Amino acid sequence: MSTNDIRAYMPKGDLISLLILAVLILVVFPLSMDIFRLNLVGKYLTYAFVAIGLVLCWGYGGILSLGQGVFFGLGGYCMAMFLKLEASSPEATKIQSTPGIPDFMDWNQITELPWFWEPFYSFPFTILAVLIVPTIFAYIIGAAMFKRRVGGVYFAIITQAVASILTVLIIGQQGYTGGVNGITDLRTLLGWDIRTDSAKFILYFVNAGLLIGCLLIAQYIRKSKLGRLLVAMREREDRVRFSGYDVSDFKIFVFCIGAMFSAIGGAMFTLQVGFMSPSFVGIVPSIEMVIFCAVGGRLSIFGAVYGALLVNWSKTTFSESFPELWLFAMGALFIGVVMAFPSGLAGLYKQHIGPRIRNTLATIRRDYLASRANAKSQSFATD
Amino acid sequence: MKRKDFVLAVEGLTVSFDGFKAVNDLSFYVEEEEIRVIIGPNGAGKTTVLDLICGKTKSTHGSIKFRGKELTKMTEHAIVNEGIGRKFQNPSIYEDLTVFENLEISFPRGHSVFGALVFKRDAEVIAAVEEVAETIFLADSLDKTAGLLSHGQKQWLEIGMLLIQKPDLLMLDEPVAGMSVAERKQTAQLLNRITKNRSVIVIEHDMQFVEDIAHRVTVLHQGKMLSEGSMQKVKSDPKVVEVYLGH
Repeated sequence: MSTNDIRAYMPKGDLISLLILAVLILVVFPLSMDIFRLNLVGKYLTYAFVAIGLVLCWGYGGILSLGQGVFFGLGGYCMAMFLKLEASSPEATKIQSTPGIPDFMDWNQITELPWFWEPFYSFPFTILAVLIVPTIFAYIIGAAMFKRRVGGVYFAIITQAVASILTVLIIGQQGYTGGVNGITDLRTLLGWDIRTDSAKFILYFVNAGLLIGCLLIAQYIRKSKLGRLLVAMREREDRVRFSGYDVSDFKIFVFCIGAMFSAIGGAMFTLQVGFMSPSFVGIVPSIEMVIFCAVGGRLSIFGAVYGALLVNWSKTTFSESFPELWLFAMGALFIGVVMAFPSGLAGLYKQHIGPRIRNTLATIRRDYLASRANAKSQSFATD
Repeated sequence: MKRKDFVLAVEGLTVSFDGFKAVNDLSFYVEEEEIRVIIGPNGAGKTTVLDLICGKTKSTHGSIKFRGKELTKMTEHAIVNEGIGRKFQNPSIYEDLTVFENLEISFPRGHSVFGALVFKRDAEVIAAVEEVAETIFLADSLDKTAGLLSHGQKQWLEIGMLLIQKPDLLMLDEPVAGMSVAERKQTAQLLNRITKNRSVIVIEHDMQFVEDIAHRVTVLHQGKMLSEGSMQKVKSDPKVVEVYLGH
């Protein structure tokens, strides 16, 4: 790639946004927070993966998915299954009636590890599964819907139904999934204890690195012709079709990318928080994820990260003091954002803060140049 | 009748919406480099015929052959890639994108998902876009957001988006509707220029405009063909005068 190409994919404004975000996540947060708070921020950032995917799907492609929790959950469960198997060695589980299987299976009178758990002994398989299982699932949903030209509200409702079904399935199949408690008591990753402070510190940076990687991928997609096609499809689907494109392929693609990002977030959630449960899969968490994206600005991948941070941070602080009011506050926030700031934080920045910063910088520069010119003319005068 | 090479052969075409036959046993043939105008009163099925040809609506019976290839079972984008371009009645452009990007999207390369991801705006693309922009009088507006164009300019932009695909058959649905007199004139010139080396089907109500451009005219009424031939012949057909021109 030549420098020109790079500039086309990463214009100056976006590069600055990325650098500011990277400094904030990689330097400011780790230096200013204790490990407990940093781990919390790490957890918030796992939702940013979902929000970035939603920017591409919803903001660009106009495909509103109210079921991103499904993919977040699938990614998280794949990782949790691996960690759980590692935590369930025969020695560690010798008090069970069947040692060597996860504790919740033993409680549910299961005496043999189910076949679909077997491959999760392998770490490479687990990594692949985190990336591929949710993507294939998204492909199936996407192909079934978009090839039949189901879109808009109908698609949103169907994704919500999928989220609901998966929750019921996970809770109902307690013996295989850990039920409503989820998969808990995860300890080590390839022998490395993930519960220690130092592990949490390292995982925070792994998470941040992956997030920046996803941001770069999203930036590339957004600036490629595919990004412009998504906008075109959002506005005039028929026109795109009659320009010779198979619209459904593009919708499936962007939906799968969104699912894959969510799954990475889910897997990092499991690693940092130490468990996975159906409460991150269902309808409510899925809608919350859309709110992170809307608050951040659904057309800005960088805004989405701030949206996820801000909403989650206020959720933590707010629900500590007024737990019963949080859901109402969340609803009000969503309505408020949609009504008053449809482009979210990113829109506010672009309209109000950005120009003000530019003005101030321009004034400073002008004053500086003027004072230098003055100084020069004075030095001439004294000569 | 002497067999000529038809670009488009429509035979026995019928589409029925819940028993209502919007197009009923329609047959017509379009030759190479012909400008065919379809006229008829509202609800005659003119737009439906274009919808059927470009695959937007699926036919109930009959066949549509484009250069001998059956279109009725093909998907829309496959029909486009065969070389058929369609302009809609209302200007159908991407208002949030610039004029350049609008034309670039229609450029016939990188139409698969992977192709679109690795698509590069190279010299060939830029040259093609600039050439078309010149033709449609928008060379100075390439960086303008398309939503800011005037109604007439939007119509031209959509025609440009078709031109860049280099279709063999161009279908235009009311290309001058809502245009000023000056814009109509310019559009007629534009059409005369761009119809070199391709066939065109136009739906239009403006009779002066039809006379200016049409080689042959097909008159539809209630989904059926009422009359066909030169403008002179059609104009003097008593059936046509009764249902359409007489008003």
